[in-house]
Amino acid sequence: MTETGTYLYGIARDLDPNALQEVRGVAGASVRTVANGGLIALVSTVSLDEFGEEALHDHLEDLDWLENVARAHHRVVDAASAVAPTAPTRLATIYRGDERVRQLLEERQKAFDTTLSRIGGRAEWGVKAYVDPQTSAQATTEDAPAYGSASPGTAYLMQRRAQQHTRQEAWQNAAARGEEIDTELRRVAEASRRHPPQDPQLSGRDGWMVLNGAYLVDADRAGEFTSMFTRLTERHPDVELELTGPWAPYSFAGEDA
Amino acid sequence: MTEPTAATSRAPAGYRQPVARRTEPANLADILERVLDKGIVIAGDIRVNLLDIELLTIKLRLIVASVDRAKEMGIDWWEHDPTLSSKGRDLADENRRLRERVEALESGEAGHSAEVLASRDGRREVDPARGTVTGSEVAAAEEPRHD
Repeated sequence: MTETGTYLYGIARDLDPNALQEVRGVAGASVRTVANGGLIALVSTVSLDEFGEEALHDHLEDLDWLENVARAHHRVVDAASAVAPTAPTRLATIYRGDERVRQLLEERQKAFDTTLSRIGGRAEWGVKAYVDPQTSAQATTEDAPAYGSASPGTAYLMQRRAQQHTRQEAWQNAAARGEEIDTELRRVAEASRRHPPQDPQLSGRDGWMVLNGAYLVDADRAGEFTSMFTRLTERHPDVELELTGPWAPYSFAGEDA
Repeated sequence: MTEPTAATSRAPAGYRQPVARRTEPANLADILERVLDKGIVIAGDIRVNLLDIELLTIKLRLIVASVDRAKEMGIDWWEHDPTLSSKGRDLADENRRLRERVEALESGEAGHSAEVLASRDGRREVDPARGTVTGSEVAAAEEPRHD
């Protein structure tokens, strides 16, 4: 069975199709374009043996497969967004054929145009902030009272309560730092989004992720944004800041964005 | 591999301006967070169960932050989670094949196995008219861990 479908990576405008000649898409496929009314869909032909409904169900839960497809999807989106306004579609958006994609461009022309106007000439930057709970708690533990006069049981409970209180306060302080940094970064951004923190246990970081932000920044303000980032790292030496980007505007391509 | 950080070095003039900065190459968690969760959501012709994907995303939030790192740390619980591991799926497939064989034997004819529908979440749907087995042990084997 060699039934095929059309895998859609994203929708662009003013894109030179030659820019994608070297890029390999999902499953090693070459990347083509489907154009309609000034919009350009980035697509590859995929086998429905691999990307059909049932196969997708299985594959989406296979981490190795998912990683390969996610990286390929990102590779195509990234190559296009480096040279032209590009709105990525969610992973595994697949049509029966190119004609269906052309129809999509026609039907949703206005919405896509609006999205592309919003993100054109702008890129997404990611900033994460980590705070070490120990450092954050230190200030409050230094003046912790001694419980020597209380009975061992009472002393234990009082200590536990104090620890809990300290941790809560430490978290509040840390979260406030996240807010502060986000506010500063937003001053240089056209739009911003807060993503849920990635799990601290497995991110390989011991600290609390107090900020996982995405910022849509004008191309000509990218330098300003990164300078702001550098200033913030200096201003908050006890917060570990991480900058990623520029990304294609993934976080700002949704219709509600 | 083209990562966001690499993109600027080959970006044509005028679109993305290369800037001096301190960035780290995109890790898998960052990529998955975006390609699974963000971007334009359009229902294509091939329907993917969004609930499944969202469930997956939640699980991935926990694990992909650094799969390699997690493996280094010996954290591999997802490999025991039927919904995330190929081992679990193999077991499910094997169970399904066995059930289909039992049914075929009971009905005394081959070729009806397709009437036993195995749904992904471990529930079993059996053609009611045929009144065949429900195989609770199969469902139990596929029940995701609740931890």
